[in-house]
Amino acid sequence: MVPLSFASRNFAVLPSGALYWEAHEALLIADLHLEKASWFARFGQMLPPYDSEATIDAVAEDVALSGARAVYCLGDSFHDRFGCDRLPQDARAKLTALTQAVRWVWITGNHDAGMIDHCGGEVVVESIVDGLVLRHEAEAHEPRPELSGHFHPKLRIKARGRRVSRRCFVATEKKMILPAYGALTGGLDADHPAILRAMGRGAAALVPVSDRVLRFPLAA
Amino acid sequence: MLKAARDERHALLVAATGAGKTLAGFLPSLVDLIETPSEGLHTLYISPLKALAVDVQRNLLTPIEEMGLPIRVETRSGDTPSNRKQRQRSRPPQMLLTTPESLSLLLSYPDADRLFGGLRTIIVDEVHAFAKEKRGDLLSLAMARLQKLSPGMRRVGLSATIADPDAYRAWLAPDGDIDAVRLVEGEPGAPADLSILTPEERVPWSGHSGRYAASQVLDLIDQHGASIIFCNTRSLCELIFQDLWSANDKQLPIGVHHGSLSREARRKVELAMAEGRLRGLVATASLDMGLDWGNVDLVAQMGAPKGSSRLLQRVGRANHRLNEPSKGMIVPGNRFEYLEARACLDAIDDGELDPEQFRPGALDVLAQHVMGVACAGPFRSDELLAEVRSAAPYAGLRDEEWEAILQLNATGGYALKAYDKYRRLVEQEPGLWRITKPAVAQKHRLNAGVIVDNVMMDVRFRNGRKIGRVEEGFGSTLTIGDAFFFSGLSLEVEGFKDADIIVRASKKDGRIVSYGGQRMSMSTHLAARVRGFLADRTQWTRFPDDVREWLDVQSRRSILPEPHELLVETFPHEGRHYLVAYSFDGWNAHQSLGMLITNRMERAGLKPLNWVANDYALAVSSLAPVTDPRALFSADILEDEFRQWVEESHLLKRAFREVAVIGGLVERQHPGQRKTGKQVSFSTDLIYDVLKRYEPDHLLMRAAWEDAKARMTELGRLARLVERAAATMVHVEAERVTPLAVPLMVVIGREQAPGGAADEALLVEAEQALIDAAMRID
Repeated sequence: MVPLSFASRNFAVLPSGALYWEAHEALLIADLHLEKASWFARFGQMLPPYDSEATIDAVAEDVALSGARAVYCLGDSFHDRFGCDRLPQDARAKLTALTQAVRWVWITGNHDAGMIDHCGGEVVVESIVDGLVLRHEAEAHEPRPELSGHFHPKLRIKARGRRVSRRCFVATEKKMILPAYGALTGGLDADHPAILRAMGRGAAALVPVSDRVLRFPLAA
Repeated sequence: MLKAARDERHALLVAATGAGKTLAGFLPSLVDLIETPSEGLHTLYISPLKALAVDVQRNLLTPIEEMGLPIRVETRSGDTPSNRKQRQRSRPPQMLLTTPESLSLLLSYPDADRLFGGLRTIIVDEVHAFAKEKRGDLLSLAMARLQKLSPGMRRVGLSATIADPDAYRAWLAPDGDIDAVRLVEGEPGAPADLSILTPEERVPWSGHSGRYAASQVLDLIDQHGASIIFCNTRSLCELIFQDLWSANDKQLPIGVHHGSLSREARRKVELAMAEGRLRGLVATASLDMGLDWGNVDLVAQMGAPKGSSRLLQRVGRANHRLNEPSKGMIVPGNRFEYLEARACLDAIDDGELDPEQFRPGALDVLAQHVMGVACAGPFRSDELLAEVRSAAPYAGLRDEEWEAILQLNATGGYALKAYDKYRRLVEQEPGLWRITKPAVAQKHRLNAGVIVDNVMMDVRFRNGRKIGRVEEGFGSTLTIGDAFFFSGLSLEVEGFKDADIIVRASKKDGRIVSYGGQRMSMSTHLAARVRGFLADRTQWTRFPDDVREWLDVQSRRSILPEPHELLVETFPHEGRHYLVAYSFDGWNAHQSLGMLITNRMERAGLKPLNWVANDYALAVSSLAPVTDPRALFSADILEDEFRQWVEESHLLKRAFREVAVIGGLVERQHPGQRKTGKQVSFSTDLIYDVLKRYEPDHLLMRAAWEDAKARMTELGRLARLVERAAATMVHVEAERVTPLAVPLMVVIGREQAPGGAADEALLVEAEQALIDAAMRID
């Protein structure tokens, strides 16, 4: 875990792309897209039915690693609002065990808005913790500090003849977008106009490495 | 051929190019149709290239029209308009010229039995180009299907000169029965007139294109009636064309032809060439088979020929008359390639052809075929299995593999039975399978095919006219106002529309389009000859002065290895440390070696960055110097390590991407499908990661492994290379780059070492560079 300060609060970044907020013993994760594979299977693309299990296993590892007592999922936790119904037995058991073990908050996103079954935990549209707004998609005119997901940012650089591509955070002074956490989630370039529009001026991509967080300013 | 036909025997016709094989293949069918005219599909002709089918149609129509025969000959490919495709199914021509992909699609329609029920003959042209590839697997399965629909069908294979005709007879025959296929050998043609272009200046140190020789090549074009200039890749093709064009003071009419140009563009130059309006055509392998232009009198090969059979094939394009020698000229790209060119000519003089390597049929291709058969109608599992096994590549298919293929098509074939309700195939009664809904068939036909390109973007003018396609990886690096050379033109980007790049003609100097894709390795017998040249000074007298000087300086600054020795050099260069191993084992083996060495370097904390290989050597760069190369080449725990390395490499992920598409796991991305700013696609890399963790034995994981292994060297060959290393390695520590290393240092197409410490180091460095730039007060 690598320390990261945002909006005068101290966080730690996990290698998986989760954010840990020690003051509140809370783990923040975005865009799990559980049951993405089975959503595609309905239309004939038989993707491996293990994506939910892979994602849930990773969350369980992060909860154990950080010691978190609360988990906030910043939206698009299921690939569609019926996703939870399709969870395979093992994955469902693991998720239910997690939502019972810690305080679990599902913030809904565009994919899972109106979700019905959710294996426990509470469902909200957004949440405010210690003055920070937690929501799915960043709002350009939000005056309060805000944490969100939705865009699946990743950074690609080319150096000394080598290409490096990593999931990353995008942050300004008052806004931060988390990388997508789900096992089958793709990425969008951190400097994509859609991200820069949502973030406003002064955005930077934040890339955690083993001992610190690197900062790459993004041209607006 | 007529005799084989009268005896109702299958046949393999092996003849030099220019011996009129194609017509000979059709002759029995023509005779039959004249003697007993009939409606319905009589003869199928399968060609590896759409262009070839069109060309054959032209050559076949002339005699048919001159004789006033009531025989219709038509072509069918992905380019054929859909109304004609429909008419071909309802009222088929007697002769249909097509590709394996289009044939396979025809077999997926419910009327396939009616369409092919009276088929008498299938002619497979350029059989040597098919047999060892996935397209050959697909074709072989299609032939087994056709044989079932029309048991009396004769199979006829046409091939250029090959080293092992029996292997091809077995491939062609039903049930691999060699004796069922009569071998018909044509008269040998006049030996080709081959030479190496002697450069006016020096043989270049680096590159692999022969660009330096543009003006000399132009002179050659000028001295001949019509020339084909072969290049090994599409990028080089564009590059060479630009070089020739800018040196073209005499304004000779020249054109460019490769597989990523639009159909219209290709047709235009093919026609111009056929009518003698072009003096030179710069082309890739998309032309190196069968096209019959009698007026071509020179073939130039830019860069290394890679194999003796391959060169003979290409040179066979010149002077399509049997009694006259074809004239060919190799333009080596660098000094190693000069040696290879010399080795190639020696091999041809000695009558030595490229060795053949057959492999078992690919499972992803089988899955696709079975789905296609299912789309045509219900099938009995045991009957279809027997039919599949009658195709030579699948003779050894195991029962459990077959079961896995059925399950893959039905539900994805996972141990976790999550998708029963979304089935694509269902067992209607024990042993009888059918598709669950018509949408399955539509989807199958949209995604069928065994060539998986990278995602492509169309290049168009504002009026919509399509020029061709570039890979998204290249297209995404372009911004408005950028210029690039494509289709022989300089094009300036005006804008982007969906997945199209809108361009206008420009005079700007542009970048050259790059394409990914596989590389052809130098064949082993040429490698052995090149090794021999290095150690044997008496051979050097045949080389130009500068090649001799290159070898001589190398022998003084470092050493020249004996044929049994492995020379390893280490030196610093441009802020990195290099290790270069000259093992001469071909590009594929060097890829494996690169993977092996970089992994060991990663573990030794040497921070490997990337490697670059050619057919002669491997160069690895790293942030820390290698002081003890022997430790890196140790033969201990090879097999486990190798497996682990390949699993982590891009190579396996790349192979997985291909099998996932061919095997029907994910849908092909069609151009224009990608929306901007929204993730509609998902990466097969991520699917791979999930599958590797939760079901590593999945059928497609195994298929990806087979592909990756076939693409690289076999483990055995790599093991021998590494085992040999301990005893034969000669390590030279140089203070700077050596003569022998130069040709490697500028090779395009670096491979990245697997993600590791260097990634972090580079990210940290990139951040520091930004900070330094920002904080500098000038």
